[in-house]
This record gives sequence, structure tokens and C-alpha cells, in this order.
Amino acid sequence: MPAIELTNPAALPADWRDILALTKPRVMSLVVFTGLCGLLVAPVSLPLVLGFTAILCIALGAGACGALNQWYEADIDAKMRRTAKRPLPAGRMDRQSALHFGVGLAFFSVLLMGLATNWLAAALLTASILFYVLVYTMWLKPRTAQNIVIGGAAGAFPPLIGWVAATGHVSALPLFLFAIIFLWTPPHFWALSLFVRSDYAAAGIPMLPVVAGVSNTRRQIFLYSLPMAAAAVAPWFMGLTGSAYGASAAVLSFVFVVLAARVMANRATEPAQMAPEKKLFAYSVFYLFALFAVLVADRWLAW
Amino acid sequence: MVKLEEEVVRRQRQRARILAWLLGGFVVLMFLITIAKTGMNW
Repeated sequence: MPAIELTNPAALPADWRDILALTKPRVMSLVVFTGLCGLLVAPVSLPLVLGFTAILCIALGAGACGALNQWYEADIDAKMRRTAKRPLPAGRMDRQSALHFGVGLAFFSVLLMGLATNWLAAALLTASILFYVLVYTMWLKPRTAQNIVIGGAAGAFPPLIGWVAATGHVSALPLFLFAIIFLWTPPHFWALSLFVRSDYAAAGIPMLPVVAGVSNTRRQIFLYSLPMAAAAVAPWFMGLTGSAYGASAAVLSFVFVVLAARVMANRATEPAQMAPEKKLFAYSVFYLFALFAVLVADRWLAW
Repeated sequence: MVKLEEEVVRRQRQRARILAWLLGGFVVLMFLITIAKTGMNW
């Protein structure tokens, strides 16, 4: 058979690295971490293999969301520098494969969660996947500047799912963890969208800086950081955590609010001059990791 | 330039190998889940 030179990468079976990239592994790491923390702070200890399976299911569910998001937004991703090299816009994979992979992964993660832990956790995992794909990606993101505000709920589910996987029921502390991530998402994403807003504008996505302007977005970032800080320290005031968590949450949140105030004070419009925004974005990732790590440490100290 | 035929075979083998490991892992995981749940008397 004569050798054929490779001219169309999409004609090939996808490379495993491209399949892995579909799952957005970096986003998954935060989802897995918060889900694990929800599981670890629960007052019930699961056998190791069931705990591992619960976290695996959360990771697979997040991977399914990433794949379905990239399937739906392949055209938009192609217009943005940040996302143009992803497997679908770069032409290394066809859209149908991404859709099949995402749907298959979603079903598998929910089924395994139900079999290994309980069906309430599986129902919450289903809700989070459907919310992310249908409500956030398909409905809100292309239509409203409030996409991140409401869509943030999808990313707030993992600690709740982790807790329910261990206990079988919902209670106050995981609802606070849900609220913290829900209120953390807008300032986190808006800080990013400020210095990549030209990308969002080019892709026609109505992110807040594109629709409402840079200074309005900066004010919203600061305003959202206040209830987020309140939600972060609330579990301590409610007596759900110890003082180690309370003091750490207060300090971490105070720094967050200070950085958000610096963002609000910044008047620059060029991404190169948006050091406060970049600092807040980087700190916001550290903040969530640190807050949840301290919560787990606090609960373990109390036992 | 990579020859298409060779690259297709290489990727198919690679994916088959990964899938085999994942399926093997899943079988072991299901076995362990069954043991754990039996132990918990669920």
C-alpha cells in the first residue's frame, strides 16, 4: 500500500493527550481538591476505596463537563488566543468524538457514584454536570454578563457532593462551602476576564468587562469579595468550625479584600498594566486551596 | 512528515493499551467496592 503523507490531523484517531486535554485537567485539580475537602471534613469516615471512588467520580464528572464545554464552544475557542490550541479548534479531534466522550464520561461517573456511595451524591453530581453544561455553557454564557454569577453554582457543588458521598445527607457546613465557592467565582473570573477581555470581545462572549466596562467590573469584584469573605468566616461564627479555621479564614479573606480594593483603585485599561488584577487572580486560586486545606486541618485538630 | 498509515496504527495501539489498563483498573475497583460495601453491610 502506498504511504500517504499526513495533511489532515482530524482524520487520525485522537492522541491520548488530546483526550486528556478535553477534560481540562487544571480546572479539575481545584474541583477534586474541594470535593476531597468536603469528604474529609464530613463527620463520617468512608472506607478508603469508597472515598477514592467518590473523588474519582467527581473528577470524571468535571472531565465530562470540560469535554462537553469544549464540544459546544469549539467555534468560540477558535477565536480566542487562550483556547485556540485546544484539540477541537486546532483540528486534532472531531467534535462528535468529544461529544461521545463527554456524554459517556458523565453517565459513567454518575452511575459509579451511585453504586459506590449513595444516590443522593449521584443526583447532586448529575445536577452539577447538567447545570454546568446546559445552564452555564449553553444558556447563560453566550447571553448574559451575569453568566459567571449564576454559573458559579456548578463549580460550587464538589464539596457538597464529597460531604453527601460520606454522610448521605446535606447539612449546614457543606452549604457554607457551596456558598464560599459560589461567591468566590465572580471575583476570580472577572479578574481574569479583565486582562483577557479583548479575547472575550473577539469571541462575542458578553463577559462583564466587555458589556459593562472595566471600572464597573472592578467595582463588582470588590463588592463580591465582601459577601465572599463573610461566607468564609461564617462557619466559625456559627460554631461549625474551630478558631484555627476562623482566624485563618479571616486573615486570608482580609488579604483577598485588600487585593480586590487595589483592583478597584486601578485605572489602567491595558492588560500589560493590570498587575493588581493578575495578582488577585493568582491569589484567588491560592485562597481557595488554603481556605479548604485549613478547614480540613481544623476539623482534624478538633477530633 | 509522518506517514498516515503508521501514525494511525501507532495511535490505535496506544489507545487500545490505555483502554485495556483502564478496564482492568475498573474491574479491580468494582471488586474492591463490592468488598468494602459488603464489609459495611450496605
